[in-house]
Amino acid sequence: MDIFDTFFNVPVLIRTFPLLMSGLWITVQIGVVSIIAGLVLGMVLALVRLYAAPWLQVIAKLYINLLRSIPLLVLLIIIYYALPFVGIRLSPFMSAVSALSLVSGAYTAEIFRAGIEAIPKGQFEASSALGLGYRHMMVDVILPQAIRIVIPPLTNNCINVIKDTALASVVAMPDLLKQATQAQALSANPSPLIGAAIIYVAFLWPLVAAVSRLERRYAKADH
Amino acid sequence: MGSTIQITNLRKQFGAFTALHDLDLQIAEGEVVCVIGPSGSGKSTLIRCINLLEPFDPQSKILVGGVPVEAGRNLEKVRADVGMVFQSFNLFPHLTVLRNVMLAPMRVRHLTPVQAEARSRELLARVGIEGQAEKYPGKLSGGQQQRVAIARALAMDPKVMLFDEPTSALDPEMVGEVLDVMKSLAGTGVTMVVVTHEMGFARQVADRVVFMDGGRIVETGTPTQIFDHPQEERTRNFLGAVLNH
Repeated sequence: MDIFDTFFNVPVLIRTFPLLMSGLWITVQIGVVSIIAGLVLGMVLALVRLYAAPWLQVIAKLYINLLRSIPLLVLLIIIYYALPFVGIRLSPFMSAVSALSLVSGAYTAEIFRAGIEAIPKGQFEASSALGLGYRHMMVDVILPQAIRIVIPPLTNNCINVIKDTALASVVAMPDLLKQATQAQALSANPSPLIGAAIIYVAFLWPLVAAVSRLERRYAKADH
Repeated sequence: MGSTIQITNLRKQFGAFTALHDLDLQIAEGEVVCVIGPSGSGKSTLIRCINLLEPFDPQSKILVGGVPVEAGRNLEKVRADVGMVFQSFNLFPHLTVLRNVMLAPMRVRHLTPVQAEARSRELLARVGIEGQAEKYPGKLSGGQQQRVAIARALAMDPKVMLFDEPTSALDPEMVGEVLDVMKSLAGTGVTMVVVTHEMGFARQVADRVVFMDGGRIVETGTPTQIFDHPQEERTRNFLGAVLNH
């Protein structure tokens, strides 16, 4: 048996392609929902962490540190297998999205915070001196500048979230990886796994390249 | 005659260091006051207290147009009436020159975009920047940026304009264009408080000069009194150092 028949078995790939595509669709759904939820959560956490009442800042900081310390797989398994014991039953999809966005929110919060803190003090002072309230200062002056700074690290975070969606396969979510392992079992051939790997790479490579491009562009703009 | 700015007992501490020692200063409507003095004398801290960019001792009192400057609901209103021009311009780099000027009138004064644009273009013309309205601040020279910053502050129709060393960050050849704009502004009856090292400007434009040293007002008077007949030793030393070369 040669290497092509084992890893790149074209008939097997063709036969399992629809299965892989349905898995990719699930992966994309989990990824997009988690990324959006993580961005919203992260923005709120960052603002709380920077500007809320001191006790709220402490809570936000504890949350951020806790969720950055816990392994994602552990969190996911707790949500899916442990929470039902206290009556909280989430579907595999909701479990995966919850775990991913809770963790992504913590990372995103730190990215936003760094972005806001990178804005010179003079921008806050000029806004205040003009009589702009907190909301207008953030929405019109600070955040548009901060978001530009954080686009590369945020994109990096998105890449990580999409990669981590593969963990959803352990809670029986029929995502790309799960479909690939099932297809492998059905066809007794590992080609679907290779196919899944290629799909992940093909999907994420452009994002990785975009991050490098953005980082180079911003590095140049700084000089 | 009522004072536009009334400063009573102004004290400012940075930790154990006292930056301002119980200052009193009244500034009348339409008056142009230049604040001079050595670095670290508290000049900038003084004018940054007037719009509460620097918090000050709770025993102190500042009134602008009769309204106390204090944290709370009124603060944004007071700040809207007090324009400020910074040493480092602090334009919003992500907005065009025109948008920089339009932003606060729209958000704070609730002007429509059409009204705000008309008013902003008029002000940009007044400071000689009308041709650059669509550019981003980063494309402008320092002198042009500072003139935009002046237009941005004027767009709020402030009762008072504060200038915090507006020409100190400029290349020498651009100082004149900014001072010219400030001179013409002084002629329009706006109350101005100018922290500056430009003694020529102070002498020519100020109604009153305040000399500060060590967090205190050492001497105050007309430009002639301060520059030609200073009463205090410290004023004479300072002027001797800055004027004799």
